[in-house]
Amino acid sequence: MAVLTGAGFAVDVRLGLMAMVWFGFWLINAGLSESRSPWARRIVPLIFGVTLLLLWEMAARLFGISRVILPAPSDIWAQIGQSLPILWADFLQTFIKGALSGYLIGCGAAVAVAVLIDRSPFLQRGLLPVGNFVAALPIVGIAPIMVMWFGFDWHSKAAVVVIMVFFPVLVNMVAGLKATDAMQRDLMATYSASYWQSLFKLRLPAAMPFLFNGLKIATTLALIGAIVAEFFGSPIVGMGFRITAEIGRLGLPMIWAEIAVAALAGSAFYGAVALIEKRVTFWHPSQRH
Amino acid sequence: MRSILPILTVLLAIVGIWYLAAIWMNATWVRDQAARDGREVAFSELVVETLGQERPVLPAPHQVAKGLYDGLFGQKVTSKRSLVYHAWVTLSATLLGFAFGSAAGILLAVGIVYNRAMDLSVMPWAIASQTIPILAIAPMIIVVLNSLGVTGIVPKAIISAYLSFFPVVVGMVKGLRSPDAMQLDLLRTWNASDVQSFAKLRLPASMPYLFASLKVGVAASLVGTIVGELPTGAVAGLGSRLLSGSYYGQTVQIWAALFAAAILAASLVALIGWAERLTLKRMGLAR
Repeated sequence: MAVLTGAGFAVDVRLGLMAMVWFGFWLINAGLSESRSPWARRIVPLIFGVTLLLLWEMAARLFGISRVILPAPSDIWAQIGQSLPILWADFLQTFIKGALSGYLIGCGAAVAVAVLIDRSPFLQRGLLPVGNFVAALPIVGIAPIMVMWFGFDWHSKAAVVVIMVFFPVLVNMVAGLKATDAMQRDLMATYSASYWQSLFKLRLPAAMPFLFNGLKIATTLALIGAIVAEFFGSPIVGMGFRITAEIGRLGLPMIWAEIAVAALAGSAFYGAVALIEKRVTFWHPSQRH
Repeated sequence: MRSILPILTVLLAIVGIWYLAAIWMNATWVRDQAARDGREVAFSELVVETLGQERPVLPAPHQVAKGLYDGLFGQKVTSKRSLVYHAWVTLSATLLGFAFGSAAGILLAVGIVYNRAMDLSVMPWAIASQTIPILAIAPMIIVVLNSLGVTGIVPKAIISAYLSFFPVVVGMVKGLRSPDAMQLDLLRTWNASDVQSFAKLRLPASMPYLFASLKVGVAASLVGTIVGELPTGAVAGLGSRLLSGSYYGQTVQIWAALFAAAILAASLVALIGWAERLTLKRMGLAR
């Protein structure tokens, strides 16, 4: 390691400095990860992230990389601070109007269809392979068609999101509705429970872990769908629009700022769904640590 | 085998709904034209005219099939109008990126499983990265690399590598950790070295997980390549066919490109599924 740092210095002082920072932090992390304490688990990834940001900043500053190619994290942070209103408007347009409304409609429709086709084994055998097949296709490709049909505003983005999230949620929900075993269903039958009673008291709760699996996959898909659909045409607001527009002006810090917002929104969305899952499926073994 | 009939029924129903939707969505244009010419359209004429438009709102299935057939077999494969040419442009970038992305993913997974510091540092970020719409950075990568003078297949391959990388890391780590303590202890009682226990236990045990994540990864790779073809201004590739179709209102072209992409994705996933069956069968893991 000292050899490597030395070699870095021999080639270039700046490279040597960066190598030193990297190995220094790595030593700390290697030391910390030996300890079994629970807070090491939390702090080690944080240190790693900070190291990467630091190296990025150093690379951009020390080597004088142009802002047009790779802006430093501090530049991006400054850009975020400057353009909060724009970022907020883009967030509202893309995330709240486009992604979230499409997500709710798509997931709702998928759950409803799953409950409907659950009564017919024939439909299940037909729809499930088709659904599985469609779930693997590059569905974002329908974005230009939806933009043509529903116009440039958020409706077309929501439509893309609806189609993107529908199939993963459908496939998971159908699997979930099958998750009860014969003994449990027999018990409901001995209570002389009606179809709806056993649906609401037994099968829907039992399907929740599967459903949330699909819902969590769908969070990422929703954001991707909403952003990519904006590449095909949008009003002059929105994250995807801002990215394409700033590419034309080579405003890289703004693009990175949008990406930071998208990353934050994506993780928060996933986290929120995961939190709801924790509250709803508290009884499931995977939630009991 | 017994699900053939239901699947066919569902597919037929989809085609039927599609035809009805095409008639319904294209009818406005036909009625407008008729009103302009001052003539009445009977229902039968309406149906015929809605299904044979040049630029329909929703092309009928047979129009898409014809567009697809013309694109695939109607011209020389080197022609710029040939879907085979565009599909090959997309496929080559996808395969290059997927090969590098999944190889790097497997290597990182091995590192994560054998090095605790790496596990604690990298793994949370690899998992978190799955919740981030990484695809949004695709246009930026293309444009930045373009300004550095890197053009052609490489920028697209980088995006597709990046997209296939994280699913493979997460799946492979899960797979390499799937042997339980009893099995690992058994190898220890045989005094197996780390390399031996990797080659004889961990690697074989990880195969089902690896193939599952490869399927996810290759689909993501293809999407990444298609999106990566958007900002370069519609030069070549299935993504550019989508974009130029949407610029010029060529709906049949969009749908044909979309179906070509779907066929490509399905064959890639099927290919990996075939390799999976073959491998698992040879290893005696097939169910």
